[in-house]
Amino acid sequence: MADNIIEINDLTIRFNLASEKIDNIKEYFIKLIKRQLLFQEFLAIDDFSLNIKRGESWALVGVNGSGKSTLLKAISGIMKPYKGTIKVNGTIAPMIELGAGFDANLTARENIYLNGLILGHSKKFMEEHFDSIVEFAEIEKFLDSPIKNFSSGMKARLGFAVATMVNPDILICDEVLAVGDAKFKKKCQERMKEMLSGGTTLIFVSHNIDQVKELCDHAAWIEKGHLIQAGEVNEVCDAYTKSLNL
Amino acid sequence: MNIWKLRIETFFHYIDLIKELVSKDLKLKYRRSVLGYLWSILNPLLIMIIMTMVFSRMFDRNIENYAVYLLIGRTIFEFVNNSTSQAMISIRTNYALIKKVYIPKYVFPLAKITSGMVDCVFSLGALLIVMIFTKTPVSPYLLLFPFVVLQAYIFSCGLGMFLGQAVVFFRDIQYIYKAFTTAWMYLTPIFYPLEQLPEKLQWVVVYLNPLYSYITQFRVLVIDRAMPETWMIVSGFVWAIVMLLFGMITFKRSQDRFILYI
Repeated sequence: MADNIIEINDLTIRFNLASEKIDNIKEYFIKLIKRQLLFQEFLAIDDFSLNIKRGESWALVGVNGSGKSTLLKAISGIMKPYKGTIKVNGTIAPMIELGAGFDANLTARENIYLNGLILGHSKKFMEEHFDSIVEFAEIEKFLDSPIKNFSSGMKARLGFAVATMVNPDILICDEVLAVGDAKFKKKCQERMKEMLSGGTTLIFVSHNIDQVKELCDHAAWIEKGHLIQAGEVNEVCDAYTKSLNL
Repeated sequence: MNIWKLRIETFFHYIDLIKELVSKDLKLKYRRSVLGYLWSILNPLLIMIIMTMVFSRMFDRNIENYAVYLLIGRTIFEFVNNSTSQAMISIRTNYALIKKVYIPKYVFPLAKITSGMVDCVFSLGALLIVMIFTKTPVSPYLLLFPFVVLQAYIFSCGLGMFLGQAVVFFRDIQYIYKAFTTAWMYLTPIFYPLEQLPEKLQWVVVYLNPLYSYITQFRVLVIDRAMPETWMIVSGFVWAIVMLLFGMITFKRSQDRFILYI
């Protein structure tokens, strides 16, 4: 039996609803006096448990706002659990948004380094992998122009190249393949399949059910922060699509 | 014990990132300006010339070498003021990143303070030029200046971390801090001698304003060519370390809630 790479037990994640955000002192004291300082909470993930084994590829499906991205953020360590635990045994390459760390005024060359360091690599590591990133992103000609002049597809290519150049234990992917042309999408899918066959665990969020079925072997259906069904990909996806058509 | 080992390892793991953020700040600061990094020297020089013209008559009798006196005061004050103001908004301006990737969040204020320090060291070039022009004698004590900058750096790191986390929850602090630094500037003997103040206020400045300690230490090294008094060095370091601990504790307590408020 393969070991669990991610263990999620009774996870609950709390959100503060934006309308109740108190961000200035005056309001704070008014609310304090009126005794309204209660945090208006919203549970984005509610009592959620899931075990993922090494080498599996999981898709998260569900309607918008069901908590898929929140779950990915919790696994990546961006959001801390309110209750429950998450245990992750391995390195994570998060692709929640491609090129999240890009600075528009820096050149592509500078951004590759910056983004790699943000993802937790060392400078030396980046120097070693620089060429393969540039090659994958196909941006040799534009290396020294500021990234604000890049098209969104080019930025996505570069972001994908930086995020996937390592062979992480876990790859987290949140609808990032929506941009980019068909050729690039295909290239990305191939790269992801390559990583999967190399033993990487994938957690994938997409609304494209065909893509999900092609890339993943398991799926979890989330609704309003609760786990509805988890298991084999076709079974779960079919149940999910059926519920949408009602 | 283990958690501390892990924390220190994480810090060293992300040192490359801090360096890269600092070099990004410095690169972008003067990109597309013809004189580039020279502005770090020219800017304080120009301001110094203007302020010397305005104020030197007022305080001339009390201060020898007014230009150097003023420049030292301004350099240290501007370093602390600018870098902490930048660190204050660093968590908020990097919200997009904080929401998408896991990074230890203290790297942002730390990087801002560090780039402020590098800029401050560049601008000491202006001091060198003024010293040559005014024929200020040079002594080996001058070489001790990094210890003074270090105190100001540690102090700013603590203050920057405190402000950075506080602003996430209370945006008002940005505006309060602006007013606060103006008061701070006038309560620091930058362009006037300490003796000009009423006696009671002098006491406040000497004992409650760490910037007074840093600026005076620097001036003693350069103008008096001597070692600063021991109690002043001690108080400077104590201020710095207490502020650093305060900043770290407040930052650590609130960092997990940043994502809910930014």
